[in-house]
Amino acid sequence: MPEARTTTDGRNAADALISIRGVSKAYGGVPAVTDVTLDIGQGAFFALLGPSGCGKTTLLRMLAGFETPDAGAILIGGEDVTAVPPYLRPVNMMFQSYALFPHMSVADNIAFGLKRQGLPRDEIALRVAEMVRLARLAGFETRRPHQLSGGQRQRVALARALARRPRVLLLDEPLAALDRKLREETQFELMDIQRRLGMTFIIVTHDQDEAMTLASRIGVMQAGRLAQVGTPQEIYDHPVSRVVAGFVGDINLIEGRVGAVAGRMAGFVPDGLEVNWQVAAGDAQPGERMTLALRPERLDIAASGRQGPGNAMTGTVLDAGYLGDSTLFRVALTGGAVVRVFRQNARRGDSGGLTRGMPVTLTFPADAAILLRE
Amino acid sequence: MARGAGKGWLVRLPPMLWLVVFYLVPFLIVAKISLSQQAARRPPYLPVFDPAAGWEAFGAALGALSFDNFVSVVADDLIWSAYRSSLVIAAVSTVIALVLGLAIALPMARAPRRWQPVLVMLVVLPLLTSFLIRAYAWIAILKPEGFLNGALMALGLIREPLAILNTDVAVVIGIVYSYLPFMILPLYASLEKFDPSVLEAAADLGARPAQTFFLITLPMIRPAVLAGSALVFIPAAGEFIVPDLLGGSDTLMIGRVVWTTFFSERDWPLASALAIVLLSVVLVPLVLGRRRAPA
Amino acid sequence: MMAGRMARFDPVRVALVLAFLYLPILLLVLFSFNASRLVTIWGGFSLKWYAGLLSNRPLMDAALVSLGAAALSATLATVLGTMAAVALARHGVFAGRTAMRGMIYATLVMPEIITGVALLLFFVAIDLERGFWTIAIAHTSFTLCFVTVIVQSRLAGFDRSLEEAAMDLGAGPAATFFLVTLPLIAPAVGAGWMLAFTLSFDDLVIASFTSGPGATTLPMRIYSQVRLGVTPEINAISTLMIGVVAVAVLTASLVFKTNMVTGEATTLRGGGPVTSG
Repeated sequence: MPEARTTTDGRNAADALISIRGVSKAYGGVPAVTDVTLDIGQGAFFALLGPSGCGKTTLLRMLAGFETPDAGAILIGGEDVTAVPPYLRPVNMMFQSYALFPHMSVADNIAFGLKRQGLPRDEIALRVAEMVRLARLAGFETRRPHQLSGGQRQRVALARALARRPRVLLLDEPLAALDRKLREETQFELMDIQRRLGMTFIIVTHDQDEAMTLASRIGVMQAGRLAQVGTPQEIYDHPVSRVVAGFVGDINLIEGRVGAVAGRMAGFVPDGLEVNWQVAAGDAQPGERMTLALRPERLDIAASGRQGPGNAMTGTVLDAGYLGDSTLFRVALTGGAVVRVFRQNARRGDSGGLTRGMPVTLTFPADAAILLRE
Repeated sequence: MARGAGKGWLVRLPPMLWLVVFYLVPFLIVAKISLSQQAARRPPYLPVFDPAAGWEAFGAALGALSFDNFVSVVADDLIWSAYRSSLVIAAVSTVIALVLGLAIALPMARAPRRWQPVLVMLVVLPLLTSFLIRAYAWIAILKPEGFLNGALMALGLIREPLAILNTDVAVVIGIVYSYLPFMILPLYASLEKFDPSVLEAAADLGARPAQTFFLITLPMIRPAVLAGSALVFIPAAGEFIVPDLLGGSDTLMIGRVVWTTFFSERDWPLASALAIVLLSVVLVPLVLGRRRAPA
Repeated sequence: MMAGRMARFDPVRVALVLAFLYLPILLLVLFSFNASRLVTIWGGFSLKWYAGLLSNRPLMDAALVSLGAAALSATLATVLGTMAAVALARHGVFAGRTAMRGMIYATLVMPEIITGVALLLFFVAIDLERGFWTIAIAHTSFTLCFVTVIVQSRLAGFDRSLEEAAMDLGAGPAATFFLVTLPLIAPAVGAGWMLAFTLSFDDLVIASFTSGPGATTLPMRIYSQVRLGVTPEINAISTLMIGVVAVAVLTASLVFKTNMVTGEATTLRGGGPVTSG
């Protein structure tokens, strides 16, 4: 996957294809987007991720030109487009509802934007044919949108938005209306198309799996602000806050107090447990109250007494959910807190002999835990 | 609901019977009388079918029917021009009502959700006011010493009062005014269901506001445009009250001709023929419109 | 900007068109309180034209005829029109469906003068003496379709599974209709009745054709005077007619928390955009 990391930290902001600078937008006094600054490089597949109402769609609509920022500026290719109407912007959007023109055929829908550009007729025909091939719509050119399946409509919407060869394609929850199986297939199709065209895609989604699968970079939004920007791995392994950690993947959050800090390691005393774990210190201060974040799959579970190396805690199995490839355990710790543990099932019938009510020990290495302040 | 119950006909029968007896049969009688002749008797036409007179009289009566009235409809210049001006006035009024209707229905459909029922109500309320009174209200506005001329002269826009009342212009104003809500309602209903992202998609693909309107909005609400136009054009073509109150003595509209033929000249057969011709003239565009835009 | 223009609501055009719709009526109402006999020049406030109405015996008689015919025909039209709406919206395909639809939609747009001629000739042909009853019958025929259209749109708009749930719980077709369907479409039925009532109460053309010597309706009485020109008395009676309708509609809307004009429950409006395609 082409990486577009150059602009993540703003070092090469001048090279950014899209530059969002201090943009804010409020509706009737209620802020929707607050002071967002973000650069996205050419060829990136960028995902705006967040719960509904976090402002991600508003931000996307400001990029498309449907909303005007109250403050800040939006630059595309170095040019300030903040006041440019949508029909003059070098971006195209794929709508969540697809917004296909119901009175036009598939081919006419795809050709609509090309005709507005005033391209010659044969050029339009060529481009439409190309898009029909790309979106695997051959044979459906003369159909109306209501004569198509959900997946076909989705592909028409994609083809229509791509036909003008925009510098940026904006996708607003493009897969939300598809069923699960079709969604997975389409994800790979989208990645394939993006790679082949080398075009910049910006997708808005509330589905963290979708964002993780598709995007080369993710911006997590929360309450109108950009909480964190980074690669999927950065966001997953080094979330900056409890909200980001909770939103991306499954996580156990354990409250406690920081003990002694020695070099890059710190002691951590979880509430209600009489242990002192050694974890990566980060910028933790001795004595500070913090939250320890632990991914369920980074915990090892074993029957009591068979303890491996690393930090440990004891508890009893509350329940075990067999998921096929893995088993999800819920374990009640001695202090009363409940943590979730994923255990890979390498062999058939491999449940490890761990059943409800059994005393267990959980262990994790020092680098598996993250200390979070907020 | 009643499909499986088998007693659905109990629900269907009463309205069906009523419509057949008090709606369909009267129209068949109009058709029959349009083929009769005026007579100085009660009822004022011949022949009369009398079930008691037997088959022979029935045959004679059948033989007495003729298309003479339709011949007079076509041959009479006055009637001919009455039809023509009815259709022209109705068409002009329909176009004006469409423009005004779009002017209000478009912003109405974009109004804040909680205002929309109030706006719909404001549009419909005038319909609940007597048609007669609404046409009458315009006399005081349009007459030479009326409100409109008074306002225009006070503003210095004109020196002499305009003669609007008792002209075709007044009739068009009155018809547009009276039937405008019938245009607004279907347009609004259609625009309100409209997915606004379709308009955004058009803009996103490079269509300017005017292009979006003509390429997307108008084609998508076409059924509503046709419905609204039919709701204005058809009754307007047969309108009686507005031309009678606001039109001049030379404003010939077929509704007025039917009225005078019926009440003043007591030529019921001719009036029936006039009604049938009017019906076929105004229903043709409706049927064609429906066929082209089903549902 | 485009974005603003697409999203924002422009109240100016709405206000202008509404002004066109309401100004003539407002002027008429205003000048019914004019002390002067001149109907376009304000001569001070007065209620004298209203006082004069009460002593106008023929006018009061005509008003009674109109109220009676409107109440009777609206009730009949509501019962029959609702039945037709249920048949069209719920009975699937049945013999005569196209004919029923055709007759109902034809009535909606039929020029009144044609309906009037047809019904008069019908009453003459069956030798029915013309008067109050023939007006009521005629008005039932022409208002029925309006009830059907309003109720039918309401039936089309509500969730069929409510009726299916009732039947699943053991309610027969009649019980389902009276216990579930009717309460849900009641606002539309009410709106249909109101519309039928006002259409009948206001009608001039059809009443002129179908009335007899004994029965003159209010619009017929007004029409015979209107032809002679604008007078404050007519402004006054018109204002009363407008006032009665407006008060009735607004009260009903407030009482039923429903837009009596469209039959839509004001509190039930959903906001989701309809997906295209």
